[in-house]
Order: sequence, then structure tokens, then C-alpha cells
Amino acid sequence: MSSVDVGDRAAAGTLGGEGRSPFRDAVVTLKHGAGGVAMRRLIETLFVPDMPDIGHHQIGLRQLDDGAALRVGCEWLVFTTDSHVVHPIFFPGGDIGRLAVTGTVNDLAVMGATVPLALALGVVVEEGFPMVDLARIQDSIRAACLESGAPVVTGDTKVMGRGEMDGIVLSTTGVALTRTVVTDAGLREGDRIVVSGTIGDHGIALMALRHGLDLGGGLRSDVAPINGLLHRALSVAPGAVHAMKDPTRGGLSGALHEMAAKSGVEILIDEPEVPVSEPVRSAAEILGLDPFHIANEGKVVIGVAADAVTEVLDALRGHPLGAAAAAIGICRSGTPGRVVLDTGLGRRLLPEIEGEPLPRIC
Amino acid sequence: MTPATLAAEARKLRFRDPGKARDLTSRLESLCEEVGRERISVMHVCGSHEQSIAKYGLRTILPRRLDVIMGPGCPVCVTDMPEVDEAVLLALDGHLVATYGDMLKVPGTAMSLEEAQARGGAVEVVYSAAQAVELARREPREVVFFASGFETTAVATAAVALADPPANFSILSAHKYIPPVMEIVAEMPHTRVEGFLAAGHAATITGARLFERFVERHGIPVVVAGFEPLDVLAGLTRLVEIIRDGTPCVANMYPRCVTDEGNRNALDQLWRVFRTEGGQWRGIAHVPNGNLRLRDAFAHVDARRRFTIDLERFWQSSPPRLTQLCICGDIMAGLSAPTDCTLFGRECRPEAPVGACMVSSEGTCKIWHQYGGHPDL
Repeated sequence: MSSVDVGDRAAAGTLGGEGRSPFRDAVVTLKHGAGGVAMRRLIETLFVPDMPDIGHHQIGLRQLDDGAALRVGCEWLVFTTDSHVVHPIFFPGGDIGRLAVTGTVNDLAVMGATVPLALALGVVVEEGFPMVDLARIQDSIRAACLESGAPVVTGDTKVMGRGEMDGIVLSTTGVALTRTVVTDAGLREGDRIVVSGTIGDHGIALMALRHGLDLGGGLRSDVAPINGLLHRALSVAPGAVHAMKDPTRGGLSGALHEMAAKSGVEILIDEPEVPVSEPVRSAAEILGLDPFHIANEGKVVIGVAADAVTEVLDALRGHPLGAAAAAIGICRSGTPGRVVLDTGLGRRLLPEIEGEPLPRIC
Repeated sequence: MTPATLAAEARKLRFRDPGKARDLTSRLESLCEEVGRERISVMHVCGSHEQSIAKYGLRTILPRRLDVIMGPGCPVCVTDMPEVDEAVLLALDGHLVATYGDMLKVPGTAMSLEEAQARGGAVEVVYSAAQAVELARREPREVVFFASGFETTAVATAAVALADPPANFSILSAHKYIPPVMEIVAEMPHTRVEGFLAAGHAATITGARLFERFVERHGIPVVVAGFEPLDVLAGLTRLVEIIRDGTPCVANMYPRCVTDEGNRNALDQLWRVFRTEGGQWRGIAHVPNGNLRLRDAFAHVDARRRFTIDLERFWQSSPPRLTQLCICGDIMAGLSAPTDCTLFGRECRPEAPVGACMVSSEGTCKIWHQYGGHPDL
């Protein structure tokens, strides 16, 4: 045990001598998958470098967007993949099957591809998994496919030995064609930030369930395909939507930071305007969590030109999944990449989550 | 009432009312002017106070000449490296270490608990001492509760020690006792601290009167304050008022929870289970009577007496070199700000902390890094 380094310090190259692999002695920890700074650094240092070039004017791995966009004739082929591991598998408002379809459909939709072409589905399941649960998951996959108009057209099934994995992993890949791609890097100074509804519902519902916190109902995941909702928003104000992102892992805060950094703007958020349901607010407070950091599975953050914000808000609010849509902030020059929160009392930076959201201790 | 309706009721009481906040800050502003000095420095000794100040952005509305310093009020931050080492060794030896989430990332001599977990050690996050006991009831293995926190949290640990825990349950106490460290800070030769804001939840247990002798000895006022943003502002206002009047005393600005005597029952439990012992607070100093350790009558639940914890196994390891540049101690003593540290935001970040103050959600460096300590936003 002569050389024991901390993963990130080693990966950042601040420890260890010349010529050593930066990953020597480091191991993967849960924070590397939490959707925050640690995960982004892992992707940037390990997965992105030295991939064959796809040329300019296309969106690939290097852009770290919700998916890739490749030119095919006069259209864009938008292409994305997502693996789903959720505990518990069934939760209020959905299950892993609905999540798998929705996650991929939404990743396509926030890139402007709101009419999905098809999905591929990979199922890895543990020996001994109840067949009745698998059938229930398949029912829910089918229902989500119908709801979003995205059929599963190909797939793969693997079974692992008992104890070699935990239950079930679903992996979905989606493709869609679109004439206009919306990235998460297009925010401009003066743009308004719109969120399509209450934040924190998915993550808080799951965490409350895991910790046996009973708040008398009211906590439900928001997992839903939002391609129909976005189709409306994009059609009322063509060209006015400059950037979109779905605030999944890392929550609203993670999405805002990524959009601000990639777009080179500062975002000022007006906290009292951010929609949070009362049960989520209470549960988050009890668990010591901030709804800004909690995953959503049926929401979108939109950067829209100031003169089109009313039309976009009206379009969103006219759809059942966008009833609580709100304008929550503005893009300004300031310090690029910074997200400032006006709490109604004073101002502070909005922090980005750096690992699994763990509750405070006292 | 369910917890949800309780929380909703609390919000209706409007401890977060912007109008009232403005009234308090303008009162605070004029009090600071009446004091007349260029700088007025006060210290709070509670991570929850710093959380409230930072989370609601209060530093952007406080008078510029009022310096609100966060003292050694984060239990995770003052947990000493050898204490982390003890927990790491127990986890690596196959015992299940149950602890609060923040403790996972605190750097030890060779590794943190999080790294011990990634290397096969058994570590489980719990939210309460009672949950650690439940875990022991389900587990065939030895479950060691690595307990951190000040007197408030120590009471919860004492309660489970008194309630006949299962035979495979034990406690590794890293609990600390706040009053002795206030003495240390007050006695520091270069201290700038003119008043203390005491933690409302700890005072709920210990009572406000506990601080009277401190005020007599040091002539520094103590105001007990709650944690809603208006509680903090009201506490600071009273503190500066006492400083202006020049008549140091104890004031209780959290009377809806805190009495003079405190919670007799909880205090009784606390002192039946724990005794104070001198010990090192990470980065600060050796604090006489600063550690809470289990009494002999509770040897059967004391992990230090039940297991051989061989710290010599880390003799070949040394903490990362960067640790020597860490100024967490000076920051917690109120002598420096996080931005004075050469590592802050560069080598030392929340995802790669060098010092414990960057680990805990109650650590000054972490809070400043997340929320920004500067008022120009």
C-alpha cells in the first residue's frame, strides 16, 4: 500500500510522477456516474480523446450534448443511447420500462427531433428475475412507445447468472430525423430561461421511497415523453428557441450549468419563480436535498428569445405536461458559465452537484 | 399533522419574508454605523448557520463592514485524520461501517471511507443513529456506527446506546463538544472575534445559560439564534446591538425552541453515556474536553475497546503533500478566508477535496465554493 491516490486527484494529474498513467491506482466511484462534474471529467479525459474525427458542422461525442446529430442529405439524423438502472424498479408514476423509452425519446426531442423514427432495446436481466415483473415492464414499454410514437424495432436479450448483477438493466437507442437541430449550446445574451414544469419530482419520489419516507402520498415521478410538448413549443415560434436540455441527472442546476458554460453566457435565476410542488419541497427539506439537484424525467429547460417567450409559454401551458411551465431566468453577459440565483432575500451562486446527492448530517 | 403539512405551516410563518429581511438589514446597517468601527467581526460556530447565510444569499445584503466568520462549527471538518483512519481500518477488516453521508469523503491518512468502499470495504450511509441500529439487527456482521456531530447529534447516539442495542452493534465516537472550542478561539492571540452567534439546536439541548460563564470569563457576548434566514438576521442584529452597548451578555433569540436550562432529559442521557476528553480537532488545536468519548459503563458498545484497531498499518502511508498547504485550521479560527488559500477552487475542489472543509456540506470552503463567498453577484 505504498501508493494510494484519490481517483480525481490522480486523474487530474496533480499526483503521481512523470510518464505514469493518470488513472493508475484510481478506481471508479459512484460520483463518476452521478451526472455532475466528476462524470463530465471522466468522459472528457477517458472517453472523448482520440475518437475518429466526424468533421465540422456535426454534433458528436466532443460536444457532450444529449445525443449526436449527423448530416444525412438535407436533414439531420439525431442519434442517442441511454442505459437505465433504477432502484426500485417500480415506483409511483412509472417503472424502469417507461423510463427507458422516455429517456431516449426525450434526449432526441431536446435536440429538436420531436418525431422519433424508431428505438432499439437491449435487455440484460438476472437469472431468477420474476417473469411476471418482466411482463409488467414490457407492458409499460409498449404503452410508452404508443404514447410517444416511437416503436421498438430491434433488440437484444442477455441473461446474467444470479448475483452477477442487480435485477435488470435496460438500454435504449433512438434515431430520428429533423430539419432543425437545437443544441444545448445556443443560449444568447438576453434570452429567457423557461422550464416546462415542477422540478425534482422523479428523484425525490424515488429517494423518499428508498428511505421509507411517507408524506401521505403526493410524491410521484414525472417520467413522461415530452416530444409532443416540445413539438408544440417549437412550432409556435420557429427559430426563437435557441437551446434546450432535459434536466435529468444533475437536475435543473446541472442542465443550467452545462448550457451556460457551452453557450458562454451567465444565467440569473429568480428562485421564487421556479416551480416546485409542495410535497417535493417538504420531502427535499426533510432529506436535506435541494430540488435544483434532483433528477427530472419529463421536463425540459428552454432558452428562448425574449420577444417569443409569451408564445412559447402559452404553447407549453396548453399541453397537459406543460401546465406549470414558467419563465425562471435570463441570460446575461457576466461571467460565462456562471449561474447566479436570486433567492428573494439575496443572491448567491447556484452550485452544481458533484456526486450522489447525500443528505446532510445535522 | 404529517411532516409535509408541518413544513407547509412553517413556511406560512414566513421566516423567509423578504420585506422583514430588508427591515432587519437596515436596522443592522444603522447599528454597525453606531458602533463606528471600520470592521466588526462576529463568529458563528455552526454549519447550519453558514448553510442558511449562504443558501439564502444573505452575505449580499449584510452591511459591508460586518464580517460574519464561520468558526469550527462543522463536525465533519474537525474530525481528525486518525479518527477517519480508525473507521477505514474497521471497514477494510470486514466490519460494516455505518455513517453519515458527509463522512464518506473526508480524507484519511491513506484513504477516505469512500475509497475504502471502492476497494471492497463495507460502508453504509445512514441518516440517524437509530437507522444504524436497525441495520445491525438485519446484519449478521458487526456493525460499527462511526458517529460524528456535536452535542445535538451525540444525544441521539446516547439514546441508542441506552436502548439495549443488539450485540453486533458498536459505536466509534468522533463526537465533539462545542463550548470548549469557543474558549480556544476566544483565547487565540490574534482573534478578531467580538461576539458569538451560538447554534440554536445545540442550545435546545444545553440551554442558553450554559454560555453565561463564557461571557463572564471573556467579556464576549453570545447570542443564541435559529436557522431560518430571519432568525439569523435577527440574531446578528441583537449581537451587534450588544456590541454597540458594550455590555456583554447572553441573549436568547430562539426562544421558540431554546430555554435557559435546556433539555434536562437529553442532557442526562448525554452525560450518562459520554464523558469529555481532550483531543485534536483537525486543523485547529488540541482542545481540552473537546471530544466526547464513551464512558466505561458503555465499553460493550465502544468499538475502540471491542476491536483491535491497528493504526500502525498506515505508518507507511502519508497524507498527500498538498495537505500541508491546506489552511482549513486558520479559516475555522477566523484568521483567514477560503479565498486566501492557494488550493481553493484549484487543487482543492468538492469532487477532489484536500481538506475536510471542502468535503462537508457544512464546511466553509465547500459552501464558499458552491455558493460564492463574495457579495458581488
